Amino acid sequence: MTADRNLRRSPLHGVRDRLATLSGAITVAEVPFLAQINLRITRRSEPRPGGSTSDGDVDVLWLGPDEFLVVGPPGSEQRLISAYSGPEASVVDVSAQRTALDLDGPGVRELLAFGCSIDLHPRVFAVGDCAQTVLAHTPVVLQRRMSGFRVLVRSSFAAHLAAWILDASPDLTAGH
Amino acid sequence: MTQPYRLERGGLVDRDTPLSFRFDGREYQGFRGDTLASALLANGVLRVADSLRLGRPRGVFSAGIEEPNAIVQIEEPFPEPMLTATTVELYGGLVARSLRGHGRLAGDPDPARYDSTHAHCDVLVIGAGPAGLAAAATAASSGARVILLDDQPRPGGSLLGTGEHLDWVDTVAAELAAAPETRVLTRTTAFGYYDDNHVIAVQRRTGHLGALAPAHLSREGVWRIRARQVVLATGAHERSLAFADNDRPGVMLAGAARTYVNRYGVLPGRRAVVLTTNDSAYAAARDLAAAGVEIATIADLRPGVQNGEALPGWAVARVHGEERVSAVTLRSPDGAGREVDADLLLVSGGWNPVGALYSQAGGRLAYDPELGAFRPDGGCRQNLFVAGAAGGSYHLGVCLAEGAAMGGRAADAAGFTARGIVLPEAADPAGTPPAAVWTLPGGDPAVQFADLQRDVTVADLARATGTGMRSVEHVKRYTTAGTAHDQGRTGGTLTSGVVAELLGVEVGALGTTTFRPPYAPVSFAALAGRDRGMLFDPVRVTALHGRHESHGALFENVGQWKRPWYYPRDGEDMAGAVLRECRAAREGVAMMDASTLGKIDVQGPDAGDFLDRLYTNMISTLKPGAIRYGVMCRPDGMVFDDGTVIRLTDERFLVTTTTGNAAAVLDWMEEWLQTEWPELRVRCTSVTEHWATVALVGPRSRDVLAAVAPGLDVSRAGFGFMTWRDTEVAGLSARVCRISFSGELAYEINVSWWDALTLWEALLAAGAAHGITPYGTETMHVLRAEKGYPIIGQDTDGTVTPHDLGLGWAVSKKKADFIGKRSFTRTDTARPDRKQLVGLLPDDGGLLPEGAHLVTAAPQRVLGHVTSSYRSAALGRTFALALLRGGRDLIGQTVWATLDDGLVPVTVTGSVLYDPEGTRRDG
Amino acid sequence: MMLIPCPWCGPRDESEFHYGGQAGVAYPADPAALSDAEWARYLFFRDNPKGPFRERWSHSAGCRRWFSLVRDTVTNEVLS
Ligand SMILES: [Zn+2]
Repeated sequence: MTADRNLRRSPLHGVRDRLATLSGAITVAEVPFLAQINLRITRRSEPRPGGSTSDGDVDVLWLGPDEFLVVGPPGSEQRLISAYSGPEASVVDVSAQRTALDLDGPGVRELLAFGCSIDLHPRVFAVGDCAQTVLAHTPVVLQRRMSGFRVLVRSSFAAHLAAWILDASPDLTAGH
Repeated sequence: MTQPYRLERGGLVDRDTPLSFRFDGREYQGFRGDTLASALLANGVLRVADSLRLGRPRGVFSAGIEEPNAIVQIEEPFPEPMLTATTVELYGGLVARSLRGHGRLAGDPDPARYDSTHAHCDVLVIGAGPAGLAAAATAASSGARVILLDDQPRPGGSLLGTGEHLDWVDTVAAELAAAPETRVLTRTTAFGYYDDNHVIAVQRRTGHLGALAPAHLSREGVWRIRARQVVLATGAHERSLAFADNDRPGVMLAGAARTYVNRYGVLPGRRAVVLTTNDSAYAAARDLAAAGVEIATIADLRPGVQNGEALPGWAVARVHGEERVSAVTLRSPDGAGREVDADLLLVSGGWNPVGALYSQAGGRLAYDPELGAFRPDGGCRQNLFVAGAAGGSYHLGVCLAEGAAMGGRAADAAGFTARGIVLPEAADPAGTPPAAVWTLPGGDPAVQFADLQRDVTVADLARATGTGMRSVEHVKRYTTAGTAHDQGRTGGTLTSGVVAELLGVEVGALGTTTFRPPYAPVSFAALAGRDRGMLFDPVRVTALHGRHESHGALFENVGQWKRPWYYPRDGEDMAGAVLRECRAAREGVAMMDASTLGKIDVQGPDAGDFLDRLYTNMISTLKPGAIRYGVMCRPDGMVFDDGTVIRLTDERFLVTTTTGNAAAVLDWMEEWLQTEWPELRVRCTSVTEHWATVALVGPRSRDVLAAVAPGLDVSRAGFGFMTWRDTEVAGLSARVCRISFSGELAYEINVSWWDALTLWEALLAAGAAHGITPYGTETMHVLRAEKGYPIIGQDTDGTVTPHDLGLGWAVSKKKADFIGKRSFTRTDTARPDRKQLVGLLPDDGGLLPEGAHLVTAAPQRVLGHVTSSYRSAALGRTFALALLRGGRDLIGQTVWATLDDGLVPVTVTGSVLYDPEGTRRDG
Repeated sequence: MMLIPCPWCGPRDESEFHYGGQAGVAYPADPAALSDAEWARYLFFRDNPKGPFRERWSHSAGCRRWFSLVRDTVTNEVLS
C-alpha cells in the first residue's frame, strides 16, 4: 500500500491564508519544508558566534559554540547530511523540528520587539546575525536577512506564534 | 454653559474645542487640553471628595500625579477606579464621580486592547522638563539612540506651568521628533527601575480620546526599556506644611495654582493668602496677581526675609470655612493674630526632588539641610545621572545647564560624543535660602494633616512615637502614612519632618521610607498586555491537532501541550467514551497521537557509557535494533523521568522522555556533559517535533500494521517485543517500535511531522474494518494504570524512588555508579515504611477522587494518598493507584479513603491489576 | 530583570537562563566511598552568602551552555 492520499502538511498550513492578509506594515510568509540539519562539531570557526553564513542555497546558523543549524531548500536533506558528516561531526536531520517564517515590512522590528527582549537594532543585530532567543514566550531562532527577518520556530509552537503575530499586528505604528 | 473661573485668554488649552462632561451627576464644559481637575476648577468646582477616614471635605490640592485628594471614579466610557482628576485628560462624554477612598472595578470584561514592547537605547531620559529636554537634545546630538519619556501629553514639564520658554520647548521637541534614532514617548510614566538599567513605563495611548478611541489600537502599553545610561530628570514635587485645618478645600500648593493659571487659563480662586518657606511661591503669587487673583497677603515663615512683599516670620494659625476656605488667621512672630478674608490659601512648604526611581535603582536619598529636602546622594551603582530639580537644583538656568551636561555625560558613557545645543537664556535670581519647617505652632494636632489621603495627622504621628516607635518605617505601618494611592508624594517628607520633631532628632538621621515599584498605579490589564486568553501561555499542538478537532476530541492540557483527552461520540459522556475507547484497545484496535513525547538524539562514541550513568538500568548492553525501558533519577535517588531508549547504531541512541519533561531532560543531559563529564564524546539533540508518533494498540493492531506496511514482517517471530524497524508505512519512511504502554500488542509508528496526517488517515482507512478507534489521554491513563505503569509527575512527586514504584528491577546492581545510586543506601531511602505504589479497589465500587488521603481505621493515621483513579472496562469496576506507607505489606488489607462525607473502605492490591502474567503483549 | 552576560551570546535577559545554584560543587569521584553524612552534604548543603557568590547559570533559551559567574546577592551586580 502506498500513500495514495498524500496529505503532507507544514505546521502553518491552516493559517497561511490569514497570514497572507497581513500587508503594509508587516508581511509574514511561512517557508515550508526546508531541509534542516543540526550539526555538532567542535572545531569550526565559521559562522562566528551569533552569526550565520550563506553559501548558494544553504545557510549555516550559529546556535552554540559547537552547534550549528544548516538550512537548505526542500528535499536537500540527504545532500546536507552527506556534506556535513565527518569523523568529528554529529549530524541529525531536524527538518520538521522547526518551520520558517519570513517577516518583512517597515513594521517588522516593531513587531518583534512586542515579544522579544533582545536588541534588534541594525547597529546591534546586523544582516547575517542570528540568535536563539524567546519571541512571544516561544523559543525561536532569529536570523536577520538581507530583507527582513527569518524566524525558525518549533513546529508545535508555530500556530501560537502565528496567532500572536495576527493579534499584535494591528498595534504596529509603522506604515500607518 | 459658562466657565466662571476660566480666564478670557491664555493657557495651553484649545478653546476652539469645547468638551462636555459630567461630574457627580452634573453637566459641565471644559476644553481640550484640560485635565478633569482644571475643567472642574474652571467651573468653580473645587471640592472633589470626602476624605477616607474622617469624611472631611477635600479639594483639588495639586496639578499633577502627586495629588492626594482628587481621587475619582471614571464611570463612562469604561469604568476605571481611583484615578486622579489632576492627571485625567478631559474628553467629551467623560462621566466621573468623586470617590471617598475606595474605587470600584468594572463588572464587565475590559474590551480594550493592551500591549507591551521591549525597547533598547543608549540614553534614556526620564522627564521632559527643562533638564530632561536639554539632556535628551544633547544626547541625541551625539547620534546615540535616545528615548525621552514624560507623563504629560506634551513635553515641557514645569515650563508648562510657568509658561516660560515654550518656544524653545517646541523647537527642541520638534528636533527630537525628527531625529532618526530618538523616540519621544509622551503620556508615559516610568514606574519601575530594576536591575541593569531596566526601566518599565506605561504609556497611555488612547484613553484620552474617550469613546473616540479606535478599538483596534491598544489603550495602554507597557514599555520595557533596557538603557545603557539613564538620565533622571524627574523634577520635584512641592510639599505642604502641618497647620490646623490645612486640608480645607481651597488650600492648594502654590506651584499648582500657578500651573492652573498659566497652563489651563483657570483661576483657582479670587482672593488668596500665600504661606511659604521659600522663594518659589512669590513667582506663583505674581502670576496669579497678573491673572487677576487678589493676593491678600504673603506669610513667609522665614523671619529674616526682607522683600517688602511678605510678612516675615508670620504663620497660619487656622483656616476658616469647611466646604471652602473663607478666611485665614495669621499669627505674627510675637503671637499677634490677624484674620484675612480669602477663598484660596496657597502653600509652599518646600520642594521634594522626585527620588523614587533613584531609590528603586538602588540609590540612597540623603537629607540636604540647605535644601530642606531629601535628594539623591550620587552614589547609585547603576549607570544613571540625575539632572535638574530631581537632584535638588531649582533654578531654571541651572536645570538647563545640568540637563545638557548630564545628557552629554550619559552619551559619552555610552560611547558617543555629544555636540553642544543652544539653551535659552535664564537669569537665575539671587534669593533667600529656604527654611525647613514642618509643623506650625499653636494649632490642634488632630487637624494638622501630614498625609491628606490617609487622613494621618500630627496627633496620629505623636501617638505612634508615643508608643515608642523610632523608625519612620514603623510609623508608616502604624499610621498608614505614605501608603495611599499617592505614595506620600506631598506628605512623605513632611511626615518624616514631623516625626523628627516629635522625637527631637535631625530629619536627616531619620531618613525616608523605602520606595518600591510601581511609582504610580498601573492597571493589571496593562501589565498583562497581550498575554491574555489563549496567548497567556503558548499552546503547543501536534501535527494532528486539526484532525483531532474534526474528530470532535476534547483536549487536556499537559504542560503547554493540548492533547486529545477523549473523543466523545453522539451523546456520550466522558465515562462512556473512555470505556468504549478502552474496550477498542483491549479487544480490537485503537490509536493515539503520541507525538508529544520528548525525543532526544544521543550520539557519539561514548553515548552508551553516558546513558549508563544517567539511567538506573544498563543501557550500553542494548543491541542496535532493540529498545529498553529506562528510569532516570536525581542524585538524591528520586525518580526524575522515564521512557524508552532505542539503540539506532553502536554510537547512536534515540531517547524518549515524558511529555512534560522533554526540555528538562535535555538540559539535564547537557548539564552533566558540560559540567561533570566534558571528556565524554556525546552530543544530544532534541528531535521532539521532527517526528510525529502514532501508537497503534490492540489485538488487531498487527493486522492494521501489516496492511499499511506491506514490506514489514510483522509476525511475532519476525518483529519481536522491544525491537524497532525502519520501514515504509503508508508510503512514508517510518520507524516502527514494538513497545506497549497498555499491556496489549502495540506499535509506535514514527514519521516526519509533515506526514502525520497521511499516516493517520492511512491507519484509519486500514483499520476501518476492525473498528479502529482514536483514543485520548484518559484512555491511555486507564490502560497504563490497569497495568500498574506509573506516570512520572502524577504517581510521583519528587519523593519517590524506583523501588517505591516497584521498579527495582530497572535498577542495575552491576553498574559501579549511576546518578542516584549512592542515595539508595541512605537510611531514609532504605526505610521499609516508605510510601510505595499499590493498587486500590474501593469496596463500594465508587470512584475515588485523586488526591484523597488514605488512613488507618482507628486511630486514624495518614498512610498516603490516591495518585490515579479510574473506571476500568477490562476489570468491570473502579480502581486506583496510591502511594501508601509500607503499602506492599498492606496488600489484601483494608485502608480508608477520606472523602467529603466520611471514610470509605478500600482494599489494597498489587499495582498490576490487568493481565499480570503479561500474556497479551504479543497478540 | 537582570541582564546576565552569556559568554557566548552576550548579555541577555535573566528569563532566558536557568539557575544552577552554587558553582564548584563537584560530583564526588567515588560516591560509594562516602559516608551518609558526606553524601548528604553533597546533596543538600549549599552556601547562601550575603554578598559575592559564585554560581552556575545555563543559557537555556539560547546557546544551552553552562557557565559560572560571581554575583553580589545584595545588589545583583555581576562581578565577574
Ligand atoms: Zn548563550
